[in-house]
Amino acid sequence: MAVEEEKIEVEGEVVEALPSTMFRVQLETGHSVLATISGKMRKHYIRILPGDKVKVELSPYDLNRGRITFRHR
Amino acid sequence: MIVRKSRAEIEQMAAAGRVVADTIAYVGEQLEPGITTGELDKIAEDFIRSRGGVPTSMGYRGYPAAICISPNEVVVHGIPGAHVVAEGDVVTIDVGVTLDGFIADSAYTFPVGEIEPEAQRLLDVGRDALAAGIAQARAGNRVGDISAAVQRLVEANGFAVVRSLVGHGVGRSYHEDPHIPNFGEPGRGPLLSEGMTIAIEPMITAGGADVYVEDDEWTISTEDGSLSCHFEHTVAITAEGPLILTMSSARREGSKEPSLLQ
Repeated sequence: MAVEEEKIEVEGEVVEALPSTMFRVQLETGHSVLATISGKMRKHYIRILPGDKVKVELSPYDLNRGRITFRHR
Repeated sequence: MIVRKSRAEIEQMAAAGRVVADTIAYVGEQLEPGITTGELDKIAEDFIRSRGGVPTSMGYRGYPAAICISPNEVVVHGIPGAHVVAEGDVVTIDVGVTLDGFIADSAYTFPVGEIEPEAQRLLDVGRDALAAGIAQARAGNRVGDISAAVQRLVEANGFAVVRSLVGHGVGRSYHEDPHIPNFGEPGRGPLLSEGMTIAIEPMITAGGADVYVEDDEWTISTEDGSLSCHFEHTVAITAEGPLILTMSSARREGSKEPSLLQ
């Protein structure tokens, strides 16, 4: 059985929608990351728009790229 | 903290390793179009228990089955169930066995009948990447040497290395220190030394490296739906070099797959 690496969860706001369902997200920390949309959200056709407050998952190995895992109401 | 094992303990892990290897080989033989992954899981569980072992995955953090069966775009932790194995599938069988308190962990991706040439290439590269990683498992090297060897070979062949899933130490526990990523820089990471027992497990895809966890909270699949494969061995680091504890007797005789580095 493989081990899942510890992920870092942060909050942010979507700044820009980019091609290929990528988004630029401004994190609460001040950093800006390039984020994809999680497969789970894709499956449920959840739309993401600039201005949305979202939860982003970052890999400890690459802190400039993330995955949007939740969109807040 | 990295726990090293004595020669006697490595011998005990090798005994668990033989059960793991034989289970994988046995399940591989039953992999025919029409059988369900649930039936394969039962076959595996019965086989493991008949050898006096316990399937380590069962109940581990709530996992509901004896082994993991991951077809096609499922990378790891596929829960056996109603999926019917079909011609052209690539199916990963991942087995952990606990025998007399020691655990061994191994995985193999099997082709079912005739598969696409690109799928076959993926499997070949996956096996070679595991061999390349194992070759670096020597005292004095670092985890990063294993990681970089796997990554370089995989990416040179145009495939992707999954980042969020990693190999691990193994022994009296399923998952021990250190983490062994399948990507990295040579000369970095924890030092490898004699007595360490690690599970090296490249997980690679034919598309992107991103994966996600399905609603069942276990199954991990590729985001872009591309095929993936997974090959794993439990390896002891000895004075004589890397010792594969999960090589089956069938493989040693060269029956199905090319044998990996000893």
